[in-house]
Amino acid sequence: MEPTMAQYQAISKHLPKVCQEPHLPRGHLQPQQHRLLVARLHMASLAKEMYRMGQAPRFRCKGPPTSLASASGSFPNSGLYGSYPQGQAPPLSQAQGHPGIQTPQRSAPSQASSFTPPASGGPRLPSMTGPLLPGQSFGGPSVSQPNHVSSPPPQALPPGTQMSGPLGPLPPMHSPQQPGYQPQQNGSFGPARGPQPNYGSPYPAAPTFGSQPGPPQPLPPKRLDPDAIPSPIQVIEDDRNNRGTEPFVTGVRGQVPPLVTTNFLVKDQGNASPRYIRCTSYNIPCTSDMAKQAQVPLAAVIKPLARLPPEEASPYVVDHGESGPLRCNRCKAYMCPFMQFVEGGRRFQCCFCSCINDVPPQYFQHLDHTGKRVDAYDRPELSLGSYEFLATVDYCKNNKFPSPPAFIFMIDVSYNAIRTGLVRLLCEELKSLLDFLPREGGAEESAIRVGFVTYNKVLHFYNVKSSLAQPQMMVVSDVADMFVPLLDGFLVNVNESRAVISSLLDQIPEMFADTRETETVFVPVIQAGMEALKAAECAGKLFLFHTSLPIAEAPGKLKNRDDRKLINTDKEKTLFQPQTGAYQTLAKECVAQGCCVDLFLFPNQYVDVATLSVVPQLTGGSVYKYACFQVENDQERFLSDLRRDVQKVVGFDAVMRVRTSTGIRAVDFFGAFYMSNTTDVELAGLDGDKTVTVEFKHDDRLNEDSGALLQCALLYTSCAGQRRLRIHNLALNCCTQLADLYRNCETDTLINYMAKFAYRGVLNSPVKAVRDTLVTQCAQILACYRKNCASPSSAGQLILPECMKLLPVYLNCVLKSDVLQPGAEVTTDDRAYVRQLVTSMDVAETNVFFYPRLLPLTKSPIESTTEPPAVRASEERLSNGDIYLLENGLNLFLWVGASIQQGVVQSLFSVSSFSQITSGLGVLPVLDNPLSKKVRGLIDSLRAQRSRYMKLIVVKQEDKLEMLFKHFLVEDKSLSGGASYVDFLCHMHKEIRQLLS
Amino acid sequence: MATYLEFIQQNEERDGVRFSWNVWPSSRLEATRMVVPLACLLTPLKERPDLPPVQYEPVLCSRPTCKAVLNPLCQVDYRAKLWACNFCFQRNQFPPAYGGISEVNQPAELMPQFSTIEYVIQRGAQSPLIFLYVVDTCLEEDDLQALKESLQMSLSLLPPDALVGLITFGRMVQVHELSCEGISKSYVFRGTKDLTAKQIQDMLGLTKPAMPMQQARPAQPQEHPFASSRFLQPVHKIDMNLTDLLGELQRDPWPVTQGKRPLRSTGVALSIAVGLLEGTFPNTGARIMLFTGGPPTQGPGMVVGDELKIPIRSWHDIEKDNARFMKKATKHYEMLANRTAANGHCIDIYACALDQTGLLEMKCCANLTGGYMVMGDSFNTSLFKQTFQRIFTKDFNGDFRMAFGATLDVKTSRELKIAGAIGPCVSLNVKGPCVSENELGVGGTSQWKICGLDPTSTLGIYFEVVNQHNTPIPQGGRGAIQFVTHYQHSSTQRRIRVTTIARNWADVQSQLRHIEAAFDQEAAAVLMARLGVFRAESEEGPDVLRWLDRQLIRLCQKFGQYNKEDPTSFRLSDSFSLYPQFMFHLRRSPFLQVFNNSPDSSYYRHHFARQDLTQSLIMIQPILYSYSFHGPPEPVLLDSSSILADRILLMDTFFQIVIYLGETIAQWRKAGYQDMPEYENFKHLLQAPLDDAQEILQARFPMPRYINTEHGGSQARFLLSKVNPSQTHNNLYAWGQETGAPILTDDVSLQVFMDHLKKLAVSSAC
Repeated sequence: MEPTMAQYQAISKHLPKVCQEPHLPRGHLQPQQHRLLVARLHMASLAKEMYRMGQAPRFRCKGPPTSLASASGSFPNSGLYGSYPQGQAPPLSQAQGHPGIQTPQRSAPSQASSFTPPASGGPRLPSMTGPLLPGQSFGGPSVSQPNHVSSPPPQALPPGTQMSGPLGPLPPMHSPQQPGYQPQQNGSFGPARGPQPNYGSPYPAAPTFGSQPGPPQPLPPKRLDPDAIPSPIQVIEDDRNNRGTEPFVTGVRGQVPPLVTTNFLVKDQGNASPRYIRCTSYNIPCTSDMAKQAQVPLAAVIKPLARLPPEEASPYVVDHGESGPLRCNRCKAYMCPFMQFVEGGRRFQCCFCSCINDVPPQYFQHLDHTGKRVDAYDRPELSLGSYEFLATVDYCKNNKFPSPPAFIFMIDVSYNAIRTGLVRLLCEELKSLLDFLPREGGAEESAIRVGFVTYNKVLHFYNVKSSLAQPQMMVVSDVADMFVPLLDGFLVNVNESRAVISSLLDQIPEMFADTRETETVFVPVIQAGMEALKAAECAGKLFLFHTSLPIAEAPGKLKNRDDRKLINTDKEKTLFQPQTGAYQTLAKECVAQGCCVDLFLFPNQYVDVATLSVVPQLTGGSVYKYACFQVENDQERFLSDLRRDVQKVVGFDAVMRVRTSTGIRAVDFFGAFYMSNTTDVELAGLDGDKTVTVEFKHDDRLNEDSGALLQCALLYTSCAGQRRLRIHNLALNCCTQLADLYRNCETDTLINYMAKFAYRGVLNSPVKAVRDTLVTQCAQILACYRKNCASPSSAGQLILPECMKLLPVYLNCVLKSDVLQPGAEVTTDDRAYVRQLVTSMDVAETNVFFYPRLLPLTKSPIESTTEPPAVRASEERLSNGDIYLLENGLNLFLWVGASIQQGVVQSLFSVSSFSQITSGLGVLPVLDNPLSKKVRGLIDSLRAQRSRYMKLIVVKQEDKLEMLFKHFLVEDKSLSGGASYVDFLCHMHKEIRQLLS
Repeated sequence: MATYLEFIQQNEERDGVRFSWNVWPSSRLEATRMVVPLACLLTPLKERPDLPPVQYEPVLCSRPTCKAVLNPLCQVDYRAKLWACNFCFQRNQFPPAYGGISEVNQPAELMPQFSTIEYVIQRGAQSPLIFLYVVDTCLEEDDLQALKESLQMSLSLLPPDALVGLITFGRMVQVHELSCEGISKSYVFRGTKDLTAKQIQDMLGLTKPAMPMQQARPAQPQEHPFASSRFLQPVHKIDMNLTDLLGELQRDPWPVTQGKRPLRSTGVALSIAVGLLEGTFPNTGARIMLFTGGPPTQGPGMVVGDELKIPIRSWHDIEKDNARFMKKATKHYEMLANRTAANGHCIDIYACALDQTGLLEMKCCANLTGGYMVMGDSFNTSLFKQTFQRIFTKDFNGDFRMAFGATLDVKTSRELKIAGAIGPCVSLNVKGPCVSENELGVGGTSQWKICGLDPTSTLGIYFEVVNQHNTPIPQGGRGAIQFVTHYQHSSTQRRIRVTTIARNWADVQSQLRHIEAAFDQEAAAVLMARLGVFRAESEEGPDVLRWLDRQLIRLCQKFGQYNKEDPTSFRLSDSFSLYPQFMFHLRRSPFLQVFNNSPDSSYYRHHFARQDLTQSLIMIQPILYSYSFHGPPEPVLLDSSSILADRILLMDTFFQIVIYLGETIAQWRKAGYQDMPEYENFKHLLQAPLDDAQEILQARFPMPRYINTEHGGSQARFLLSKVNPSQTHNNLYAWGQETGAPILTDDVSLQVFMDHLKKLAVSSAC
């Protein structure tokens, strides 16, 4: 259904007239004008602005920026988007009436031609150098195309019917067969604005639109063509094609990197790779007024220890000797390529605070004719965006170099853990896994020491000292006042104590085989681990394998407080808050000790993830949850996660600080960490999957010439116990024109920020309020663009900035995610779990998490080795004769259409017919045929891309499990009341118009 | 007089009883004027190889308040098959089993030679003996090694079915589970936290599991009759395990920084040991054996902090009320001791360290429960090793010389009441008609509990004559006392030993000579000393000395022969002649003197309060033997004049055996004469005291400290501090040089003491 290139070009010819100017004079839309326009039902075209990627400030706006009006008839009051220049005659033909749109009132179809599907970044495509325009998904303005959107004039609506309550009746599942929308469903967009009684009044002219019958008149439902609205798939594909081929060179300030979905190489030439830092915008407004006006959050998503592809070199380690890394005396920023050497190289001016510092004699070097040090290219800190310094003893706790970190495995051995076979599985796995502890560089053997604890309502420590003939178990029952019963022999080198450890791991499952203890403790376990690290004077990581709500008498005892009745009430937030303060206190102590906690949960019922995840969350750890764990079904997933988690390279006892040049400053931080003051992000542990999102605010004017600089410094202890500083530098452009801001935004990052912001918000505000805030902010962003940047056009037109055209669809996904709008089947634990996962996700993860990838399997030729092109996440896109894979980073579904070819069934499932496929199947049989190999290979490669193992679930069309699957078809209306993409877009348009008026 | 000595000796051998007075003053008034109370030293389990226990139960008087045991003093009507209780005069029917008795067919308990008889009770479940080792791991490596070896060795000495348990402590306390294969398990407790018995049992998982457990596995309770079986296992089952476990025992791994004492959680360890047994085997014979190498330094019961710069409390601190931990610690251990006693268990303390170990605070643990207290310099000494081994020696029947959970019940005839007891016992608070209101020692009861005792454990029991002066006892009347001791024999049998004695009443006015002659000055000295030591526990030292002096003066006034105001005329009869000398040495002993003694010398008091008469006398007045070429070894006066250049002295103070070579002898030995064949007799002379010392060492428990020194040797102080300082630097020249060694002291000598005593005794002012 994707438009072809030819179609694009065809369309583009039609559209040059739409908008002449990329920048509209402010306030060009007079209310009257607006009112006039509103009535028309226009096809919308998405605004589109073209520019040569990232090159300097001269963005060439090719032709009229496309303004794509998307439309939805379903919103009685949502505006429609005229693709006509202002003043053009009203609707050509309403008669063309597009059947797709249903509005109860009636629709006034407008001309179709201007409705654009996802616009691709024109200039990036060599073939589209012309004034590329949003194309329509179907060639030409054919009347039969459902890409017209008609919308009734809002004023025609009886106010009362505009909106039902936000929690109105759940709309039925959107299905292709049912093209209509219920007017009520727009109510399900968060903002409960009420009926807006005055809405109608600004549009007294409604009757002038002769074609529009009064509200009562029912019309055949029409709908907006989904193909006509911006498609994430198209955007991703275009970016891949345009930017995936050449390396991204970071030398130039303010370049927007390729999308996270694009495979590209990075060449560090002075700015940190986008793998380390991505920003919401690479061109930030010079003044806070501008920033406020635009409402575009200024944020950076930083992944300081990101893993790099093998082709890219990891940061060089710089040793400045005993004096330690060279820093600015005033702001303490570290030496970086942006520092200006002056006075022949004897001094340097800090690029962050402008302080002039002396260059120490041993660091002196002459400058060349351009004022650059002649050794600039020999020194990573003068030429690269990312590098590391060796820290001196001043950077260490207690002024002592750290000892190598330790891993402590803490295993729940209560009845549930034993019964499910978890303990046996885990112990067996650990025996081999311990050989793969993270090592530094070329080290022969890992420096990390290991320790073991098992527990139910008491704790068992193990002495596995190499000199012992057999392990010693020490039971500590005094959980109220936890302590570590041994010092020597608890943390050991794996190789030295191999025999004892192996004997221990053999015995643990046996020892507790007959246990009947069902109660567990939790806080004392972490406390014990933390105390052990404290006693050993090292940082480290606890791997906690836990099964049940800790109800045994001990600190941090919890009760089952799960109450679904709280959902959608003001008290809903309590479900996300920890039950007691004990967990935060403990987490604080852990952070002070550099004790990171990774929690593996195996609950059969409510375990209060919200509370249990507090410590992992604040210590930079991870939480893994395996509900109703069964060895047969979940072994693969658990072991794979465990292996990955244990082998992960981790930095311990870390402190991260983000410095900025004068004018902006980091004000807010999101992620898994703890902050005891407002500037230092403390991370007991930080791995390559964890990100920290940082928000910036202006505190002064920025200068267009000097731009804005970020320096993220991470002080951490490596796996081998070496204290280091990792520095990432990034320079951004500054602008005085809002258009520059909108041209250099990155929607994926924006969504990352907004999701984290919203997910944190649910702790303090009702979920509905959080959703409203998001919608409002999004509307403001887009309205600001429309007002200030888009060429004057009909107010009925929805004009989206090119860089943000996916904002509505993605935002909608965030709004209807489990946390913000839970379905009936989503447990409180699931919500808390997802909430905490998203908090430390990077941009790529949030992208696929909120907008899952749906891959058709039989469309592309079987020989092709590349991933098949994805399709949009909507049921309409599924063909019942095909098989699809859907993944979102956590889940993986294989959807089988009901009329799938028998041959395909046979070669994939080794059964003869569709009906014989086991629904819910978790593994595909290993069959020796090209299709099976290809599909399995694809599944493997998808898994390899994600930081967590995705368990496969085979879903058959029309099967019960399909409900689960459909939950992830995010462009559709969701069962829990989430709007479909189309509906949301209409709603968003309405919001924008409201703002503009 | 010889007859009385024989009588006394015979009685002691048969009944294990020695009375201060063997003829009793017949009225209360007279008795109080006798100064030394009517009292006895009772050795309840005195070894009687000639006394086989009878295999039936005693016949008791049917009066509920009496319940005296049928004994040879009872009047029996063989025809009516009736017997009259000689304490309450209740007439009792013989039980059916006694149907066949007659004058010629008497049960043993009626025969006069069976004034002491032992019954074996067949009733009741027998439970094995329990030994719970509580081991300090904050020791030096070789000390710990030695201790481990001793413990491992002891496993082979225990009865095979005895239950053993192991608790180790240092900074933490570990209760070891003994039954596990493949992995050694222990429960660990923080050493700083006092836990209630309930908490301890909960944490050890000893509390009865809730209902579901029983439903789930009905078979399990039978498999494991005791939840505690994890911690206490029969020796024969786990001796290999335990040997290995002890072998792997490491020193407390927690680092001790310079200037600190190791953290030692003795208080908590004991508390856990007590709690463990309390919850699992109440009222069953059990020994908690605490091995410690230093003072408790943390948690409840701490005696001193871990800062080395703050020394452990001294008497000086205690007097100044500067011992900040003492009261709290003492209270903690007292609480433990009382709980232990209530459960019928006993606590032994084996403290081996060069410095003090806090025995002062911990003493009640052993004192109240009848446990042993052993103090040594190191576990790596024969003193400890052999003492420890000696605990497990067996008697002629092959039974261990230890008994448990005893109760001593004393019954008296009407003219007497019980004032109290002093010894390793606690009161059971049984009030009865024969309990006096005046307390001497632990009083107010007629029954005491002695949780641990051996054949030498001896109690001092004090009586009060209550017969009024105006109701004279008919001529030939006899007072009777019955001691009934229930105990758990080391063979786990329950046994009852009954000793019934009778003594004549005598009117003081008319028969003072008789009474005088029947005075047992040795027993009296020990009994008075016990009273003095008992008082010293709660009173200031000088007050006790003053009290003792006054008693002595009054005794001399009462029984001496003298002319008023004429000290030279003062004479004491033979039966009193040694008494003042005992008192002299008692005054100088560590039992009453704090000067030059550490607070931990409560160790000496502990032993003094439980040893039998002979040993107690040695403690009061050490024995000194002299070896010379002039004749066979002879006992000599404990006097500085006995220290002669050509003599070898052997002193036995009970706690120490000192061999002292006179100046000349030492020079000879230095010159190597003993190695020359022609001076073989010198070699023999040197050897003789060594052999004798070995003999004493072999027999004594606890093993004494063995000191071999010579003239001018630093260790000679042990001898010099004991002998009567008849020659000091003050009177040296008056006495002439050849006759002995001067002692550098300002202490008064026996001669001065006696002179004063005479003066005071004859003075009418007193």
